[in-house]
Amino acid sequence: MPKKYHIETKKIPPRLPKIGKFGIVDWREDCARCHNCVKKACVYDRYRQEMQYIKDLDEFNAMFFECMGCFSCVQKCTKGILALTVNPEYEHMGNGYYTPDIILTTWNQAETAGIPVSGAGYRGKFTGAGFDSMWTDMSEIVRPTRDGIHGREYISTSVDIGRKPRLLSFENDRLTTPLPPLVDLPVPILIDMFPKEYQFPSLMPMLLAVAAKTGTMMIVDWEQQGLLGTYKEKYLSNVVFYVGKDASGPTPEILRESRLIEIADSDGAEQRIEEIKTVNPGLVVAVRVELDSRGEGRSIELAHNPVVEVIHIVSDINGNQTGVEAPGFIKDMTRRIHTSLVKDGIRDEVTIIAGGGIALAEHMAKEIICGADAVTINMPLLIALECRFCGSCRDGFDCPAKIETITAQYGVGRMTNLIAVWHDQLIEVMGAMGMREARRLRGETGRALFFEDIEEETFGRLFGKRISS
Amino acid sequence: MEGSLAKESVLKEILPENTAKTLVPQVEIAREVKPAPSRYRNEIAKYIIRRDSNCKLCGKCAEVCPHGVHVLKPGYKLFSAPHLNVCIGPSCQKTDHYCIDLCPNKALKMVENPMLKAMGDFRWTPDMLMATWKMAETGEPPSPEYGYDYETGASGGGLDRLRFKFPEKPPVDLRDDEIDTSIVLNRRDDGRPQIKIDVPWYGGGMSFGSVSNVVQLSKARAAVAFNTFTCTGEGGYMERMKPYDDHVITQIATGLFGVREETIQRVRIVEFKYAQGAKPGLGGHLLADKVTPAVARMRETVLGISLFSPFPFHSVYSIEDHQKHMDWIKHVNRRTLISTKVSTPNDVDMVAVGSYSAGTHIVHLDGGYGGTGAAPDIAKKNIAMPIEYGIVKVHRFLTDEGIRDKVTLIASGGLRTAHDIAKAIALGADGVVVGTSELVALGCIRCSRCESGRGCPRGIATTDAELAADVDLDWGTQRIINMYSAWRKELVGILKRFGMRSVSELRGRTDLLMHLDYTNDVETHT
Repeated sequence: MPKKYHIETKKIPPRLPKIGKFGIVDWREDCARCHNCVKKACVYDRYRQEMQYIKDLDEFNAMFFECMGCFSCVQKCTKGILALTVNPEYEHMGNGYYTPDIILTTWNQAETAGIPVSGAGYRGKFTGAGFDSMWTDMSEIVRPTRDGIHGREYISTSVDIGRKPRLLSFENDRLTTPLPPLVDLPVPILIDMFPKEYQFPSLMPMLLAVAAKTGTMMIVDWEQQGLLGTYKEKYLSNVVFYVGKDASGPTPEILRESRLIEIADSDGAEQRIEEIKTVNPGLVVAVRVELDSRGEGRSIELAHNPVVEVIHIVSDINGNQTGVEAPGFIKDMTRRIHTSLVKDGIRDEVTIIAGGGIALAEHMAKEIICGADAVTINMPLLIALECRFCGSCRDGFDCPAKIETITAQYGVGRMTNLIAVWHDQLIEVMGAMGMREARRLRGETGRALFFEDIEEETFGRLFGKRISS
Repeated sequence: MEGSLAKESVLKEILPENTAKTLVPQVEIAREVKPAPSRYRNEIAKYIIRRDSNCKLCGKCAEVCPHGVHVLKPGYKLFSAPHLNVCIGPSCQKTDHYCIDLCPNKALKMVENPMLKAMGDFRWTPDMLMATWKMAETGEPPSPEYGYDYETGASGGGLDRLRFKFPEKPPVDLRDDEIDTSIVLNRRDDGRPQIKIDVPWYGGGMSFGSVSNVVQLSKARAAVAFNTFTCTGEGGYMERMKPYDDHVITQIATGLFGVREETIQRVRIVEFKYAQGAKPGLGGHLLADKVTPAVARMRETVLGISLFSPFPFHSVYSIEDHQKHMDWIKHVNRRTLISTKVSTPNDVDMVAVGSYSAGTHIVHLDGGYGGTGAAPDIAKKNIAMPIEYGIVKVHRFLTDEGIRDKVTLIASGGLRTAHDIAKAIALGADGVVVGTSELVALGCIRCSRCESGRGCPRGIATTDAELAADVDLDWGTQRIINMYSAWRKELVGILKRFGMRSVSELRGRTDLLMHLDYTNDVETHT
């Protein structure tokens, strides 16, 4: 059996007290001293650990927030003096898109590298905005698997980044079509640059180490290449240098050693690609297109240009189109771009990488189903480091999670864990769908269910027109 | 289309004789409502009454309250903890015994319980949990006085946005005892038994190891009382279930844990589980902590090692393979019906027709949001369609194919109340399977911690002997019987308002439903 892609993980405990969902309120003054204290019976031993917590002033509150919300102590207490509530600090985390639940599950995944598992069924809304308005399909008796029955060890998450020829020509059994360069990634995730307001220079070498450990690549603004540290040259195959519109690019030596480079979209993009290719024809060049009011149209236009190999479409961190009053969402914009290229018969020739709003592993799978070949992430990696998404750094204040002081062991470990567990979850979804390759998942909207479509098909026929969103 | 059934008469002559009858004497359980109060000292209530320092301990509140909320025991100077769960809240204001107004010292204050915010979720709201507990305690639908908004959840879609369009007055006046809630499970006319259950639901599969033995037995005993069924799940079939065999469905799932010919021969229905709503497209999960010596022995596995059932059945690649499976079971047990449990992929309608053609009696759809067992969060939320869509799709397709009346369509996956059951039937199901509701009746609070460690802190989904001891068998049985009784009353109430004599008249009557997010101006056929 060939060597399988595997990311080494290790449990990396949090540095800070976790902000849990529940808080226990304990009215000690009414305690009956009944010597039959239900606290002793806590299944999770939270109360027994009380003294340990109290000894550590920093972690004093953690005891209350590690409550699992089972209400057993509340309901068994002789005097009924215990109460449970939702921790207000928990509710205030996030920004509306990155919800407290997303932040907490990301922390847990970064700590344990384990797929989140729970019982008692699904607890959430029937549907929602963005990625929550679609479901992935599954295989069943009449179609056990799309690709045949295989164990999960045979599911490949590899993707190819680059331009592919429309067809191959042979002459005398010899391939005559020139093959363009391709970058093969073992997982359809690249690490993107962070928005300016969320940048921590000290993280750059760690991100490079994560890219190297997971076999993927990180996008780095060439102007910040000095932050990568001394190992930059050694791990050049894990770096994608980004060159701004009017910025000067990497040196020819760097270009010759690189596998993939990204340039900002501009009127001169085609000329810039040709200049880079002159130095290193084997280098794949991606064009970064901001998903503003022109983004979709521009992406489609670029895809028709035979010089363009890869288009990296980028929304804001919440997955929204920028600079418009009623922004589209990354999944819908990707789907439209993908569908347009399919109709034009050129989809397989160009690679689409999509970024922005990919907050959970499920978003990655769904974004690929909607037409992206791979995704880029940044904010989830920051959350893996116990960022609470409080916006302090954005507003120029100190980070309460002290991200600038983390050790490499902690930072690399947590971010690697997160990518590993996202990879595992992608395999879960693909396994359920009966898909054997991430490459085949791309654009497989026939193996997904979209809320608007299925509502119309099911309830539209029964109840008329839908009148609310 | 009749599959293996054409050979049925021939097979009868060679089938094992011992499968033609029940193997051991069966126990009868009375369908009798009896009070089964909460096993917790402090039942969670919708409203709480705070007593401040102005209280002069005059006892007026205890004197006026007919519900017994305030407790001042004889010989005691101070009040005991109040029984808030029997307080009817602000609706008491209209009566002449509203303690808040009658307190001479204005020492009482009523507020909505702030803890409710920490309880439940979008699908199981705090009101729905409390109302279910109330039903399990009393055997009656909760009085409107309690103010529970429990008929729908807060998920914002599907069943939670569907409402019945009741006529202003029933077209026919019917007595409760004139209304039939039974359904038949074998519609194939294939010589196998005509099994009729008294209520249009049965209990879902929860395996040995995933829930405690007492929970499995409580479910089975309640099933006996209501002449319906419960299901073993995929973890094997306890010997202790033998006295209830006639009301047990045993499951054959992809892991084949504990599947033996003698267990198949014990039952009247065998269920093939291809997929489950908790994790469509994935096999069952039993995490290591719950694989105790007893569980390992029953499943013939190794102590403390997580058990992941494969997906799919590696012996089934087609409907023909599925038929082969069924032939095996029909051969081993001549009286059994076959249920095929599948989840809800896009082509669930094809799956249902295929299963019928292979010879199944029951097509059981388990929708994507359902399930009680441990599952990856990514699977619970994202894979396969919710049951609301699946029912309509399959009912429509079976009808178009002209085989709707030859197969029993059972739905599950997030059906929580009698109202959900009625809506599912109106959408096109013959009946439903329930699971989580039974656990809620036993005191589940849906904290979702069933999967690891010692398991459920409420003593339900656990293999830990100390925790499991929290649930008594008689109490557990009674709680489920009571909930079933309350549900049946609610279902009869719904049918009565429509003037229907039988629950089967409700099947597929989407014209009696409206959706709050639609114009509802489509003329639908009945």
